[in-house]
Amino acid sequence: MAEIGHDAPLLEHRSLWMDVWLAFRNHTGALVGVGVFAFIVLAVFLGPLLHTVDPHYLDIGARNAGASWEHPLGTDNLGRDMLAQVLAGGRISLAVGFTAMVLALVLGTAIGVLAGYFKRVDGLLMRTTDLFLALPLLPLLLVIIMLFRDTLRTAFGPETGIFLLIVFVIGITSWMQTARIVRGEVLAIKEREFVTAARSVGTRERRIVVRHVLPNVLSPIMVSATLGIANAIITESALSFLGLGFPPDFPTWGRLLFDGANFISITPERVIWPGLAISLTVLSVNYIGDGLRDALDPRLRGT
Amino acid sequence: MIRYLVRRLMFAVPTLIAISFAIFALLDLAPSDPTGQLPLTIPPEVRAQIRESLGLDEPFPVRYAKWMEQFFVNEPLNLVERAFDVEIGDSEGRTRVISYATRSPVVDIIAERMPQTLWVVGLSYVVGILIALPIGIVSAYRQYSWFDQVGTFVSMVGFSVPTFFTGLLAIILFSVMLGWLPSIYDTTHEVTDLASFWVQIKQILMPVLVLAFYNAAQLSRFMRASMLDNLNLDYVRTARAKGMRERAVLLVHVLRNSMIPVVTMIALGIPTIFGGAIITEQIFRVNGLGQLLIVAIQGADIPMVQTLTFLFAVLIVGFNLVADVLYGILDPRIRYE
Repeated sequence: MAEIGHDAPLLEHRSLWMDVWLAFRNHTGALVGVGVFAFIVLAVFLGPLLHTVDPHYLDIGARNAGASWEHPLGTDNLGRDMLAQVLAGGRISLAVGFTAMVLALVLGTAIGVLAGYFKRVDGLLMRTTDLFLALPLLPLLLVIIMLFRDTLRTAFGPETGIFLLIVFVIGITSWMQTARIVRGEVLAIKEREFVTAARSVGTRERRIVVRHVLPNVLSPIMVSATLGIANAIITESALSFLGLGFPPDFPTWGRLLFDGANFISITPERVIWPGLAISLTVLSVNYIGDGLRDALDPRLRGT
Repeated sequence: MIRYLVRRLMFAVPTLIAISFAIFALLDLAPSDPTGQLPLTIPPEVRAQIRESLGLDEPFPVRYAKWMEQFFVNEPLNLVERAFDVEIGDSEGRTRVISYATRSPVVDIIAERMPQTLWVVGLSYVVGILIALPIGIVSAYRQYSWFDQVGTFVSMVGFSVPTFFTGLLAIILFSVMLGWLPSIYDTTHEVTDLASFWVQIKQILMPVLVLAFYNAAQLSRFMRASMLDNLNLDYVRTARAKGMRERAVLLVHVLRNSMIPVVTMIALGIPTIFGGAIITEQIFRVNGLGQLLIVAIQGADIPMVQTLTFLFAVLIVGFNLVADVLYGILDPRIRYE
């Protein structure tokens, strides 16, 4: 068989993910998105090795300074280095975005699969989803954070406490779309022959879900994941921008914008750099999501 | 249709009650004390009296029932009274939702702040729609042209870049660097003549355009997709085969059918823009509903927060209903029976 494969390369085995990658590669926007996103992630996590200034160090002599070799993005009103702050803020913002997305995804997938596969819980779960969709999310997020901020801060320390709180509230308020999409897919898949076949040989329900249903709903989940990161980063920045997110000692991109907004006429750079970081991250993630959606849709693939 | 509407209302009411309970319980069970911000020199017994005067000594179900009565019965009655200048029952004796911070009825404060928000948010939504629809139509008609490519990119940027960044950028550019427009929205400004009208235009321009850009970005993509769904259908070919002018085919036949999902989308979007207004109002210092909510949250003014948050929920549920009904009216193929 190997000889045939060698003689006829067209018949070579191509996995699903190879196909997806080939389609993804043709989407210019998505490729640029991957590049930009990778650059931001690398810069944020490896940047501090090159730019070794402590983001908390107060260089009082160089307050509100412009760009220089010492401070490539200038300093703020207390003389803290902006580049170091943007890098440090990026680590928190990306961590929040990623963790909140994972939480929302796990919740959404679990609820979607349960609702789609088990008819008994479908009604209840979907009504719950509708209820969550009718909640005014931004006001509620603000309220929850305001009410539980101090409790969690004393319980887990200032940084971990607020991190847990923000990740948790963003996660439990953004799973609904994923749940709806997954439920729809599961409803279609569970009627397919391979599921019937699996059931006919006595496969247990749990194994059917894990082995046969879940892999088939992976594509919409992956697209939701990218959109989820973008959404979580924007929500966290919005909360911080309203002054109800991270405290000023742990500057996320949104918090830097909030603090910089008051000095907009002295040092407009303080607004531009963190804002640019948020925008580029979200834009690149959205483009990746766009490319993934096209690549994962078999109807569009190969055209 | 009526039957469907009744059924939807039967579902909307329990939803709202569940949400109101969730909001009330969340705020009530939270570890925050409305007397916590008063000076420490106030003796405990006075503190207890203050709590009593705020109605906090009663058990949770009683307070919830009272709030429900005030919100769903007393306040609507007051509104009716004021609107028609009549007196229904004992209007002086009715209890109202009272703000902790100002000690005045919450609904009166909300009514004071409403116009500012409606002006900025409403205008930006209208402007956004007016920008989005033509762009969506042209993008779909000339799919993959340079106009479409640029439009796709701009709208991608439009909904990726948060309004709190575009707003601040606009302030840097037009207020700080060029000095053309004021960065703060002055709500006490009154339009009396042409000059003051011009000032009003100048101060409302930035908040409206920033929010409109964000709204237009999403809507124009949606319009484009909806047009594309219709452009290749048989009835379009038939219309062309009959010899209709291209303009009539596009703007009468295709547009009307494509507008069905777009109109419902516009209705669904109205509550979310109130949420977005919270941020826009913070950027441009508009003292509307969003700013009222932020101040109330920071001051732990619980009745105000409860009422405002619930009002947002009412908007969402209400406009969901409106969208569903609109869909049924616009598309005769939808049958609800």
